[in-house]
Amino acid sequence: MKLTNTLLLSAAVAAISVPAFATDVKIGVLNDRSGVYADLSGEGSVIAAQMAVDDFGAAAKGINVTIVSADHQNKPDIASNIARQWYDQDGVDMIADVPTSSAALAVAQVTKEKNKVFIDSGAGSTDLTGKSCSPNTIHWTYDTYSLGKGTATALINEGKKSWFFITADYAFGQALERDTSEIVKAEGGTVVGGVRHPFPGTDFSSYLLQAQGSGAQVIAMANAGGDTVNTIKQAAEFGITQSGQSLASLLMFVTDVHALGLQTAKGLMLTEAFYWDQNDGTRAWSKRFAAKHDGKMPTMVHAGVYAGVLDYLKGVEATKGKDPKAVIDWMKGNPTDDPLFGKGSIRKDGRVLHDMYLFQVKSPEESKGPWDYYKTVATIPADQAFKPMSKDCSLVQ
Amino acid sequence: MVQILGIPVQVLFGQLLLGLINGSFYALLSLGLAVIFGMLNVINFAHGALYMMGAFVAWLLLTHLGIGYWWALLIVPLVVGAFGIVIERLMISRLYHLDHLYGLLLTFGLALVIQGLFRNEFGVSGLPYTIPASLQGGRNLGFMFLPNYRAWVIVASVLVCAATWFAIEKTRLGAYLRAATENPALVGAFGINVPRMITLTYGFGVALAALAGVLAAPIYSVNPNMGSDLIIVVFAVVVIGGMGSILGAIVTGFGLGIVEGLTKAIYPEASSVVIFVIMAIVLLVKPAGLFGRTA
Amino acid sequence: MSSDPVRRPASSQDKAQPAMTHSTVSPVLANPQRHHTAIFLLLLALLAVAPFAIYPVFLMNVLCFALFAAALNLLLGYGGLLSFGHAAFFGSASYISAHAAKVWGLTPELAILLGTAAAAFLGLIIGALAIRRQGIYFAMVTLAFAQMVYFIALQAPFTGGEDGIQAVPRGHLLGFIDLSSDLTLYFTVLAITFAGLLLIHRIIHSPFGQVLKAIRDNEARAISVGYRVTRYKLAVFVMSASLAGLAGATKAIVFQLASLTDVHWTMSGEVVLMTLLGGMGTVFGPLAGAAVIVAMQNYFASFGAWVTVLQGLIFTVSVLVFREGIVGVLARWLKKPL
Repeated sequence: MKLTNTLLLSAAVAAISVPAFATDVKIGVLNDRSGVYADLSGEGSVIAAQMAVDDFGAAAKGINVTIVSADHQNKPDIASNIARQWYDQDGVDMIADVPTSSAALAVAQVTKEKNKVFIDSGAGSTDLTGKSCSPNTIHWTYDTYSLGKGTATALINEGKKSWFFITADYAFGQALERDTSEIVKAEGGTVVGGVRHPFPGTDFSSYLLQAQGSGAQVIAMANAGGDTVNTIKQAAEFGITQSGQSLASLLMFVTDVHALGLQTAKGLMLTEAFYWDQNDGTRAWSKRFAAKHDGKMPTMVHAGVYAGVLDYLKGVEATKGKDPKAVIDWMKGNPTDDPLFGKGSIRKDGRVLHDMYLFQVKSPEESKGPWDYYKTVATIPADQAFKPMSKDCSLVQ
Repeated sequence: MVQILGIPVQVLFGQLLLGLINGSFYALLSLGLAVIFGMLNVINFAHGALYMMGAFVAWLLLTHLGIGYWWALLIVPLVVGAFGIVIERLMISRLYHLDHLYGLLLTFGLALVIQGLFRNEFGVSGLPYTIPASLQGGRNLGFMFLPNYRAWVIVASVLVCAATWFAIEKTRLGAYLRAATENPALVGAFGINVPRMITLTYGFGVALAALAGVLAAPIYSVNPNMGSDLIIVVFAVVVIGGMGSILGAIVTGFGLGIVEGLTKAIYPEASSVVIFVIMAIVLLVKPAGLFGRTA
Repeated sequence: MSSDPVRRPASSQDKAQPAMTHSTVSPVLANPQRHHTAIFLLLLALLAVAPFAIYPVFLMNVLCFALFAAALNLLLGYGGLLSFGHAAFFGSASYISAHAAKVWGLTPELAILLGTAAAAFLGLIIGALAIRRQGIYFAMVTLAFAQMVYFIALQAPFTGGEDGIQAVPRGHLLGFIDLSSDLTLYFTVLAITFAGLLLIHRIIHSPFGQVLKAIRDNEARAISVGYRVTRYKLAVFVMSASLAGLAGATKAIVFQLASLTDVHWTMSGEVVLMTLLGGMGTVFGPLAGAAVIVAMQNYFASFGAWVTVLQGLIFTVSVLVFREGIVGVLARWLKKPL
């Protein structure tokens, strides 16, 4: 609550004093509003961005914020067209969210070319702060390495050492498979095989059958959203979990657990950056969020959009302007602090460092009510949760 | 583990069986297309969209009216078939005097409208439809675990295909149909209402697509895009089998499902292309298709 | 202009269905029209000032699709062959040119030429197989082959799967003209598109174009007169594929991206829609159709799937009651072939 108090205080100070400067800021929330990731990003991210603007008290500080939103349908070409048009024609200063790694990489490229700001929350590819890193990109919530790190380490410690990957065939899935395989090998496990399926897929039975035939102890799903939900359901249909192989979903959101139901999802181990029921700060914020979003609790993507917009606005206030380089330098130079992720920092490659958490899905008996889904198994501290800075990124040299 | 061609027998047989399940859908859909094409000379591009509609109507029946799977198998084809009849009467019938390509273009437009409307209403993330209680579970075949529901899909598809083939090739009604395809004017002269026969045929073809949709609902998530890519594969199936050939559509449907399954076991990367490669070869060797009438 | 330019060639499989032939005067048989020159000049003047009033990237999008639709129209409107798989040429050319510009570091004009050449080669292979069938079969075969190309684009290592090829450099034209400015690029694209359109205009008014029309109107007669129909069909197919490739290759440089959208079958449908709406078998129809559809997609983008519904409705209405298309209707009013 400390931060909220500080915010309220500073808002109050700003309200009585004449704003030091006045500027218009236009934020574009670009994400999936109709597809497989609509639940975990979509309108919820727009609500989260608006909450950040309100909580920051932007108007009182002379920052007049407008939020626009659009649907990129998870396609890189549509995402890059919208981003280009937003920057060229509509005066957008900053783009937030952008799930689907292929679309995020496209937006990062346009943002760099037009010299604006891109704060990604929804996408997971480590390339955003690796070989495709850009001085204009900040990657907030999670990435494939941090997901693999939590889940793979936990399962290998249980003695489940042979892995088979079912991977969604696009940037995110491939990166998730690559990063998790590295961790599996580093922890002493082996990767016995893998298949790649088109994104989004419908029938996973043939891949599951190959996974079963491989005899691996862990079938890791390097996919997301509806694909993961369908894979888990069909695995149950083909009796895979009953036969002793474990399913590991490398990326799973609280909304996916909600869609699957606890009966099917119970016992799954997963890594997330945020869960609504962690502390007073997250609970208070999430209840306000749910009130505006048909009672649906926020995902970590929503939380990341909130925190990212908040930090960006702080940068605008501190630098008294919206010059992209100045704002981003300020953000990288000062610690981040918000009620959802706590204290953290932004590395020079654009990676935001904060704690990650390993959760286990509760059984229906353990759950005390709607949206009571996770119990915390472990906390992965910020300095271990993310991939060390890589020489692939031009900003690191 | 025993191996054939370097592939564990377990995986090979499993993929073949899954191929047969996919083939069941190919067969039902290409049968509907073939029936429609035989009578109307129209390639029904909306077939995939109507298949999707079948799955959605089943979902709506269950969610809003509490009508379960077995009744849906009966009701859905009737409802969607009636919708097809309306389309035929209002739109397609206006194009019979024109080049048949216009029928293809019209149904393409209809497919876009139907898919767009469902996308708006239901999103694309898919809706769950549970497997009916009596078909849950499965049996261990030794080489794989076969869910009961998927076994039922094969059985249902074979039965419907056989019945349709019998009705068209061996009954009096079928004889009229075939005659009307060859020479509508002459059949009309015998006092048979050819336009009505055309309308009902379209309705029947659409009903077959809807039935396939109901069968698919519990396996694949009910999704507005479920028919849009499938339909192109089914087109290739129909071209390979020979346009308008009922037997060709059925045999090729199941056959190509199995070939696709085999490819998944041997060289998975090529599984989505193999049907089109076969189509190219068939076109080179036998342009009228495997079961087509003389080229 | 006759009202149904999609004519079905006489097919030995469908003796009951005579080929639809119309004896109306066609633009191809008429004398070379002076008013076409006037319209081309007027268009050029309009498009030269347009980027100062309208967002140039949007205009470039329209131009690329206008060329793509004109390429399809050459095959459909003048050759009477409905290809439902033209995205294969458009998309594969855009992949090749993106790859050439990004990985091999070729200059944009070489990258575009290479993409066009690839489309021509693909057109030769697919065309040789597809023209073995006629009418509706032809449409389905092209569609199926295009889907095959789609799967290859999805799985080949160099295409980047779902990501496509991103961050394609616009580069320097001929090695020294910097294309990073939207305006410079716009005039380059304008030049490419106009060259393509003039070439198409030249083709349809050449003796080759006249034979093509004769085949479209009555294939059996053309054969009996002694024309080697298959060769003509293959030639026009390859030309159309190459021009579609030119459009796709240019688009990849403009948007610095080649993606699966360009090879998907909905793209093939879209370009048929543009041609149909603008007016099949008219010189300027594809431009009008492309402008309307691209503008619609651009300005209605926020309505999500309603754009698809609207496109479908336009398709349906065009087929049912508006088969002449925009320019076809205009031509009837003005009593001049356009």
